[in-house]
Amino acid sequence: MRGSFGPILLILAGLVALWYAAAVQMNVKEVLTQAERDGAVITPASAAERRDAGRWGLVFGNLEHLGATWSSERSRLPAPHQVVAELWDSTWVEETTGRRGIVRSGSLSNRSLVYHGGVTLGATALGFVIGALAGVLLAVGIVYSRVMDMSVMPWAIISQTIPIVALAPMIIVVLYSIGLPGLFAKAVISAYLSFFPVVVGMVKGLRAPDHMQLDLMRTYSASKSDTFWKLRLPASVPYLFASLKIGIAASLVGAIVGELPVQRGGLGARMLGGSYYGQTEQIWAALFVAALLAAMLVWFIGWVERRTLHAMGVQP
Amino acid sequence: MMVLAALFIWVAAWALNVRLAAMGRTLLVPLIFGLTIIVVWQLLVRGLGVDRVILPAPTEVAATFADNIPTLWADFVQTILKGALGGYLMGVIAALVVAVLVDRYGFLQRGLMPIANFMAALPIVGVAPIMVMWFGFDWQSKAAVVVIMVFFPMLVNTVAGLADTTAMQRDLMRTYGASYLQTLFRLRLPAALPFIFNGLKIAATLSLVGAIVAEFFGSPTVGLGFRINASLGQLSLDMVWAVIVVAALAGSLFYGLLTLAERALTFWHPSQRSQRH
Amino acid sequence: MDTEQDKNKMREQSVVKASALDLTFQTNDGPVHALKDVNLEIGKGEFVSFIGPSGCGKTTFLRCIAGLEQPTGGEISVNGMTPDEARKARAYGYVFQAAGLYPWRTIGGNIKLPLEIMGFSKAEQNERVTRVLELVDLAGFEKKYPWQLSGGMQQRASIARALAFDADILLMDEPFGALDEIVRDHLNEQLLALWARTEKTIGFVTHSIPEAVYLSTKIVVMSPRPGRITDVIDSPLPKERPLDIRDSPEFIEIAHRVRDGLRAGHIDE
Ligand SMILES: Nc1ncnc2c1ncn2[C@@H]1O[C@H](COP(=O)(O)OP(=O)(O)OP(=O)(O)O)[C@@H](O)[C@H]1O
Ligand SMILES: [Mg+2]
Repeated sequence: MRGSFGPILLILAGLVALWYAAAVQMNVKEVLTQAERDGAVITPASAAERRDAGRWGLVFGNLEHLGATWSSERSRLPAPHQVVAELWDSTWVEETTGRRGIVRSGSLSNRSLVYHGGVTLGATALGFVIGALAGVLLAVGIVYSRVMDMSVMPWAIISQTIPIVALAPMIIVVLYSIGLPGLFAKAVISAYLSFFPVVVGMVKGLRAPDHMQLDLMRTYSASKSDTFWKLRLPASVPYLFASLKIGIAASLVGAIVGELPVQRGGLGARMLGGSYYGQTEQIWAALFVAALLAAMLVWFIGWVERRTLHAMGVQP
Repeated sequence: MMVLAALFIWVAAWALNVRLAAMGRTLLVPLIFGLTIIVVWQLLVRGLGVDRVILPAPTEVAATFADNIPTLWADFVQTILKGALGGYLMGVIAALVVAVLVDRYGFLQRGLMPIANFMAALPIVGVAPIMVMWFGFDWQSKAAVVVIMVFFPMLVNTVAGLADTTAMQRDLMRTYGASYLQTLFRLRLPAALPFIFNGLKIAATLSLVGAIVAEFFGSPTVGLGFRINASLGQLSLDMVWAVIVVAALAGSLFYGLLTLAERALTFWHPSQRSQRH
Repeated sequence: MDTEQDKNKMREQSVVKASALDLTFQTNDGPVHALKDVNLEIGKGEFVSFIGPSGCGKTTFLRCIAGLEQPTGGEISVNGMTPDEARKARAYGYVFQAAGLYPWRTIGGNIKLPLEIMGFSKAEQNERVTRVLELVDLAGFEKKYPWQLSGGMQQRASIARALAFDADILLMDEPFGALDEIVRDHLNEQLLALWARTEKTIGFVTHSIPEAVYLSTKIVVMSPRPGRITDVIDSPLPKERPLDIRDSPEFIEIAHRVRDGLRAGHIDE
């Protein structure tokens, strides 16, 4: 992996460069219109002609007016540094010197991305814990009960093939109308989305020991619980963590989608708000925080996995 | 009364399933289980007088479904056939092409794959508002979201598959003096098929998720996601459930077709062989 | 005089020529000297067996001949070319230590694989498949998949695959290791007949002394750590070899020599 550091940096640099180039192309029309309003001479001159012209044609025809494509507000594609600036403004600046920041109000802002990220993280974590626990329990039931296996397992597999998120708005609205707090409603969706991958993965894991290993336990005349704690559970650990990583990513998607119907904070609400008011930088910033959150959560699961494997005596 | 009946039916069906399971009826048991849930749901909703804006009875959902078939069909075409399937095809083909390039050039392997692995775990649905802004309300923006969503899991799986050949298989091709393309088409791609199908299946579900969720950020007045939002606004939950039935049917159908194709093309793989007998 | 001429002829027609060949694998726990100062010349139409204890570098040397392994020292040429060039010229039929059939192709499809790569016509492909399957007693199994066959049948199919395209040089790495004695005898006979008919050059790795003596015109005895050649025995047996030649005194004498060579290698350790 040491050898991949250079290539990764190079490709990331390439992507950023591509992003800057795309920003020019994507924003050129709006910027030229604005420049014309400010009195510049644009080729071609009429707005109608420009509407039909190719974007790259406009770019090369008006090289001297392009500066604003990397700085205009409400651009179709904000340049990377604009997104970074937005991230900075909506976290550090907002929390400290912002209108609701710690300096003026004495408490942390409820407008900052940190706050919104926290809202989403709370729902994700709560839902994930519920979903994962329920999933593991059901998996144990499925492995030890033939009826449960045959009744539930096919549906658990089928449910992975359908877009369960479609249920999210309904669950939110219904639970909200019953008067449950928003955090809980979102957690229900998160739990629901992480539940099935964990069930399927855990069942696979608990069934991972082969006949020979199970027969060996039988020659020791081991009890069912011995077989479970000493063979099935340890054997399932890699499968469990693989499905937990999928599950937590799904939980995050669930929480974000759950924040769309009722606008009470959270990254999903920021994204929808940004798209209502054409605040592209706000969408991008929320997207980056969501990505960061996902990376942190998956990393966290990986960390727990490494600790667990280490405690079990598995050498990396 | 109906609540008691529901309880009774639940217990009776479970007992029946216990016996059937002992006999090994693999198809009957889940069917009975599914039916029982629907019957119990019906009886409980009726028996407890649950408000229909909270949970409609299955019969209501069925009636709504039957009454609105033309609408639901239009939504299906808009979201599933245009948005999801369109984006799916583009994303999958792009991923296959990039995967072959990555497999060919070590630089991309080292530089791109860690990024792709990272991207595959991100909540990419979040790009939906941006795509709606760029490509408009119609299906094109949904397809764009789907393209991005399916691309990374598909890429990661295909690259893993292309690398899944044994040293001996590769040496064999070398002793024949086989060209790169010959090795690609006769060894690497066939060997990668099980992985490719794994990616195709993951991508299938993701494509439906992407197409539906993207509609929550703006859509014309047709489409499954739009219908869910609009019906929720009118508190007609029977319609919401009908849409969910459509989505579930579409998802299962999509997945089922892929599974059939997989059986036909990767029958030789140990995982498929053990299922057969 | 006569022998001098023979040798000259041999040298002109030498197919494989290795001089001072060295190969060291760099592994995590230090270098492994797999081949050390290997000098060998294989003439056209020779049947050369490599015999020696496990890990002495037989496979490695065969792989060097086929250009699958880069020697770290010395020179090796095949038909006057580098092994890589010879490979591009489709000079090799290689039978690996394991069958290595592609699970997604039928037995017939597997045998067609090299034929497709080398651009044989469809009709020719089918004709050759039938012919080599008969040769290894697998007629009628063309449409079966490898995993539907026993290990020995798979190994025979992989031999058929190597025979299908008439390479000048056949390199076989313990091809008959997984087979029972009777089938082995039969395939030995078949291989000898094929060799007599086609004038192929054959490099053959085996652990069985009788097999080596029965098949070869030249027996190369190797010993491990570092892998090197300790003896090269030219067999005086005639080209025509019925199975009962194995009871003749000449045969037994060569077998003794091979055994002594192997022992010497072991004592060295
Ligand atoms: N790719 C490799 N990397 C490191 N060491 C290797 C490699 N291939 C072979 N070796 C080492 O080189 C030596 C010779 O190996 P080789 O496979 O040629 O033995 P062999 O004579 O064919 O043995 P056998 O009769 O068991 O097949 C062994 O010590 C082996 O461990
Ligand atoms: Mg060997």
